[in-house]
Amino acid sequence: MSEREIILETRALEKRFGGVRAIAGVDFRLARGELRCLIGPNGAGKSTFFKMLTAQLRPSAGQIVFDGHDITRAQAHRISRHGIGIKNQVPDVYDGITVHENLWLAARYRHGPRAAQAKIDEILSRLELVAIADTIVGELAHGQRQWVEFGMVTVLEPQVILLDEPTAGMTIEETNRTAALIKEVNQTTTIVVVEHDMQFIRQIARTVTVFHQGKILAEDTMENIQRNQTVRDVYLGKSGGA
Amino acid sequence: MAYRVFAMQQPSQRPRWWWWLFVAALAAFFITMPLHLELFVILEMSRFFGLAMLALSMGFLWGFGGVLSFGQTAFFGLGGYGYTVLALNTGATTGSVFFAIAFGMAGAAVLGYFMIYGRISEIYLSVTTLVFTLILEKGVRATSGDQYVIGTVRLNGQNGIPTVPQLKVPWNPSVELDINGFFYVGATLLVLVYLGLRLLLTTQFGRVIVGLRENERRTELLGYDTRRYKLGAFVLAGGVAGLGGAFYAMSIPLAHPEMFSLGRAADVIMWVLVGGKSTLIGPIAGVFAIEHFKGWLGTQGVGQVTLVLGAVLIVFVLVFQQGLLPTVGMLPEVWRDRRQVWRRILALPRTVAAVDWGVDELALLLVRRLARLIPGSASRSGRGRT
Repeated sequence: MSEREIILETRALEKRFGGVRAIAGVDFRLARGELRCLIGPNGAGKSTFFKMLTAQLRPSAGQIVFDGHDITRAQAHRISRHGIGIKNQVPDVYDGITVHENLWLAARYRHGPRAAQAKIDEILSRLELVAIADTIVGELAHGQRQWVEFGMVTVLEPQVILLDEPTAGMTIEETNRTAALIKEVNQTTTIVVVEHDMQFIRQIARTVTVFHQGKILAEDTMENIQRNQTVRDVYLGKSGGA
Repeated sequence: MAYRVFAMQQPSQRPRWWWWLFVAALAAFFITMPLHLELFVILEMSRFFGLAMLALSMGFLWGFGGVLSFGQTAFFGLGGYGYTVLALNTGATTGSVFFAIAFGMAGAAVLGYFMIYGRISEIYLSVTTLVFTLILEKGVRATSGDQYVIGTVRLNGQNGIPTVPQLKVPWNPSVELDINGFFYVGATLLVLVYLGLRLLLTTQFGRVIVGLRENERRTELLGYDTRRYKLGAFVLAGGVAGLGGAFYAMSIPLAHPEMFSLGRAADVIMWVLVGGKSTLIGPIAGVFAIEHFKGWLGTQGVGQVTLVLGAVLIVFVLVFQQGLLPTVGMLPEVWRDRRQVWRRILALPRTVAAVDWGVDELALLLVRRLARLIPGSASRSGRGRT
């Protein structure tokens, strides 16, 4: 790839759960402005990797460097201050309060009272959530809750957004809209997406990183990844995985 | 969702005119009470005011912060003893009330710091706070010897300190407040605490506190230092409980180890659950309803008051999980879902019959239902995936 500035880098990152090495030495480099996709079979360690990047899990070994800062041992609330936002796999929203209040709590952290309201209005209309702004989030459909979370992450205006399965439980139409949204946000923000939906990845992907058994198996353009025999074997179970 | 009548709005929204009207009506109601009620009722009400502040401190923490502190009585007792000891030593009652608040807050700050910054889970926090209040109770009970003196005041162990000084007029410390004056001070303080907590919920601090209840991890990932907010709420609640304790000690008048006791701690849970923890007015109503009910049962010659109260608690946990006031507020919904309510009521005998096939089974059922009310425990099961 080009010689762009590296914004996020992990060095020999490792996570052990008892005797299991969920992440077994990952060297990952992400350039500013990228739209990267992470794929891999279930249990490959994608979500564990995301959780370590956002201090939801402590790495057993290795180092995480973000924008020149070592954030390996940072507190979870510091991660947002550094400029990383994450949408977890299971929608991580405030179920008991309204859509507006969900977004407010995110926006108000980053902005003053006036600016926060402006940001909320902007994101509500961009995500077409205006009509349901006063609905309790717990009563929304799965796809809408995903968007609320996506909205919460984007109003924080992070430098890097991590999206763990952003289209899970969405209809084809919703998935297409999500793809468009991601591309739009990517114009100003670096994004990493974990997905299983190959159709979706083909829509958005430029560079794809394949995880397998806690390691990076391959990293290339989508076309090359699809032609890669090792990757095909992993997914079809011919070798490697048990 | 209990957003009608007694919680008609989201807590984050600034209250509308009818809420202010409600508060004004409440205040007017209190003001006129001494005019037409017997002395006994006024004394009884003054006692309830202190208990209501204790209930508010827990209702705020549990209902809005999602922190189930079983031991708010610890700060209640600290407030009671703090006021009594300082007021007896110095004679300054107004200052001692402020000290009681500060003492409750200090106790909460120390205990809360280790619990919250130590990141113990919700259920351990509940247990730890309960143990804390029981340790204080044991400790105070063991101070009967005459070596336990603070300044000139003997702590008196089991017997407590019966010479709690009556509140004096703040701007004229040579005059003690009479019974009505004391009642008015209590009513004013209670209304102010209620008002203050309600308005606090509309500030950024209050809204983040509600965020903690809803999803602590998300709040943290947004960038808020959740520990600081949680500790802030805990310390604030400790102060409110301390104020309640000082007021309660003056009203009976006695500073007694019973203030820290398991029985009192259980009372608080009961007030908050029965009154309804999704509102701030609910815990207050819980105090008045349950304490009045207790007194009434006593006069009716019911020997087993505790047993009856236990039955009431079971009915509320199993049938009216929102509590008294929110249920009243949701009457339209309750009427719409009346079949379900009936089904739950009809299921009660079966639940009680469960005693036949083993008390432990019944206990298990109750614990499961209660566990659902404890923040975090229910939601966590749904988020366990990696």
